[in-house]
Amino acid sequence: MKPILEIKNISKKFRIQHNGQVYMSMRDSIASLFKRSTSSSEDFYALKDISFNVEQGECIGIIGKNGAGKSTLLKVLSRITPPTTGNIISRGRMASLLEVGTGFHPELTGRENVYLNGSILGMSRKEIQSKFDEIIDFSGTEKFLDTPLKFYSSGMQLRLAFSVAAFLEPEIMVIDEVLAVGDAEFQKKCIGKMEDVNKHGRTILFVSHDLNAVQSLCKKAILLKDGQISMTGESDTVINHYLHSGTFTSNNWIQKTELKHPHFKKIDVKLEGSQPCLKLMVNTTIKCFPEMQPSFIAFDIYSKLGSPLGQAIPNLEPFILPTVGTINIATEIELNGFIPGEYYMDAWIGPHFSETYDWQKECIEISIIDSPQKNRTYPHPPSHGFFVPPSKILYS
Amino acid sequence: MEYEIKPHQKLNLGLKEIWLYREMLFFFTWRDIKVKYKQTALGFTWAIIQPVILMVLFSLAGAALNIPSETLPHPLFTYSALTLWMIFSTGLTNAGNSMLSNANIIRKIYFPRLIIPIASVLTALFDFFMAFIILIGMLIYYHDRITFDLSKMLLLFPISIIITVISTFGIGSLLAALTIKYRDFRYVTPYLVQILMFITPVIYPISIFHFTGAKYILAINPMYSAVELFRSGFNGQVLEFRLVGISLFFALLFFIVGIYYFRKTEAYFADLA
Repeated sequence: MKPILEIKNISKKFRIQHNGQVYMSMRDSIASLFKRSTSSSEDFYALKDISFNVEQGECIGIIGKNGAGKSTLLKVLSRITPPTTGNIISRGRMASLLEVGTGFHPELTGRENVYLNGSILGMSRKEIQSKFDEIIDFSGTEKFLDTPLKFYSSGMQLRLAFSVAAFLEPEIMVIDEVLAVGDAEFQKKCIGKMEDVNKHGRTILFVSHDLNAVQSLCKKAILLKDGQISMTGESDTVINHYLHSGTFTSNNWIQKTELKHPHFKKIDVKLEGSQPCLKLMVNTTIKCFPEMQPSFIAFDIYSKLGSPLGQAIPNLEPFILPTVGTINIATEIELNGFIPGEYYMDAWIGPHFSETYDWQKECIEISIIDSPQKNRTYPHPPSHGFFVPPSKILYS
Repeated sequence: MEYEIKPHQKLNLGLKEIWLYREMLFFFTWRDIKVKYKQTALGFTWAIIQPVILMVLFSLAGAALNIPSETLPHPLFTYSALTLWMIFSTGLTNAGNSMLSNANIIRKIYFPRLIIPIASVLTALFDFFMAFIILIGMLIYYHDRITFDLSKMLLLFPISIIITVISTFGIGSLLAALTIKYRDFRYVTPYLVQILMFITPVIYPISIFHFTGAKYILAINPMYSAVELFRSGFNGQVLEFRLVGISLFFALLFFIVGIYYFRKTEAYFADLA
């Protein structure tokens, strides 16, 4: 069987105007007829030579940093903007969900908006009619069906919007970061609904920053970097690779460019001790300046998927005094009870909690292999958090 | 359903695709009509009140300034032109702004973009049919002062409505495509509509010009033929075929140029909106 989507050598070029507004005024156009434009412009490729196939029933996650081209790819796929070169062959009815509630009108009632939005998303009037009760049920807004949308709370509007989207039944569904909004419970309901959709053999392309959602929903993932595919494969593998492909992940991190303000020049880390008493030894080399204010340092610890876990502040007083040249600071951070896994750490320096001199994000990577509980035989599921607080039974 | 997404190149009308998206066209038109009269106490009656008030004003002015109205009573002379004129003016204003007012949808969903100016014109057409009811009443009221010929009216009314719709749609989609690229047209459109009103025989007959050259220039206005054909259904006058022909030619020309320019630039609307 032929793949349901064939994406061949897609590129998308934008022209960046360096000193102009986004849209032209007629004066500019008329003026440029007569003289050569003085504003410098530059070609920028948001997508470069993207090729991949999607088989029927596959659910593919598209991940990557901001500006990697994820949204542009979705826009090209959903025909909103044409590619500069390359072509895509699609063998199914596609619905794109780049936003929920597209076309919602505040003056129309809930009922009218369901019809309007459904039609905009590509449902036929019959289809909407037959699913209408289910949609309203799912959204839980029965009581307000004939109230204009402008009187809905924002949460209710969102729920109604999601519910219409959840009942789309296209062969291919393209979803952008839409799950980022909405309350946690409703998000869960929607992910559940999407998994159902996928089980019925529908194809899903899903862009998200929420790596957990990608991991749980998609078997395959594509990692985009600077408009190009940097990796394709099993979503676990790709997500892992993505998390490790940060700019500074070695435990010997060196700042190469010279900055004009106090900053970290070199960070060295070593994990010492053994579970449950792990110690992270951090040696930092900091470049100081005479004009700086007395400063202090802090280290933020994150889980592999980016949840903040805690902040270590070795000294609350600004103890780094203005001077010329570099100074070395050795720090010890206790990592008591951390469960096995990958962690990241930021290094921060500043004179006050509200002012930053230098903030190196994810410059330190920590990998813990042993469990903090020596004779524990069962794993540490992430649903129970990231560390095991030391505890003991006093009597029983 | 298999289709290909390619760099923008070939040019066609895309009528087949518009037919595929006919339900969306229906919903856009339905939305525009609904929203227009939401939270108004008088609702659809506004579609009648507006041309009626203008008719009263123009008739008073016509009487005061002694403007001729050919063979017709002055109220009927202005009102008949006003019903058509309202399709043109509201259709043009709405279509011109339509791309910007629907920008949030254009940026997020694919559909043949022509649907939006079509919906604007259909919305204006809805108002016309409301106002037309009054016109029928007036034709009956004045039946002994006009040349009441039903078969002539049944033939000429649809033709002139079609000419109006075609020229509104052509110029409207041209303005829509221009507005999204050059926001200057947001300010140009209202003036354009006002100026066109004065060169369309709504208030005065074109026969007040004795200089033939002026008549020819005024006939470039596509609304000239629509209004003249509409009135000749009941005014018993002979049409100036040459002038109507020129006007028809320009109606078609604007239609073709408008759609051509729209289709040529529509692929980048989402990037510009």
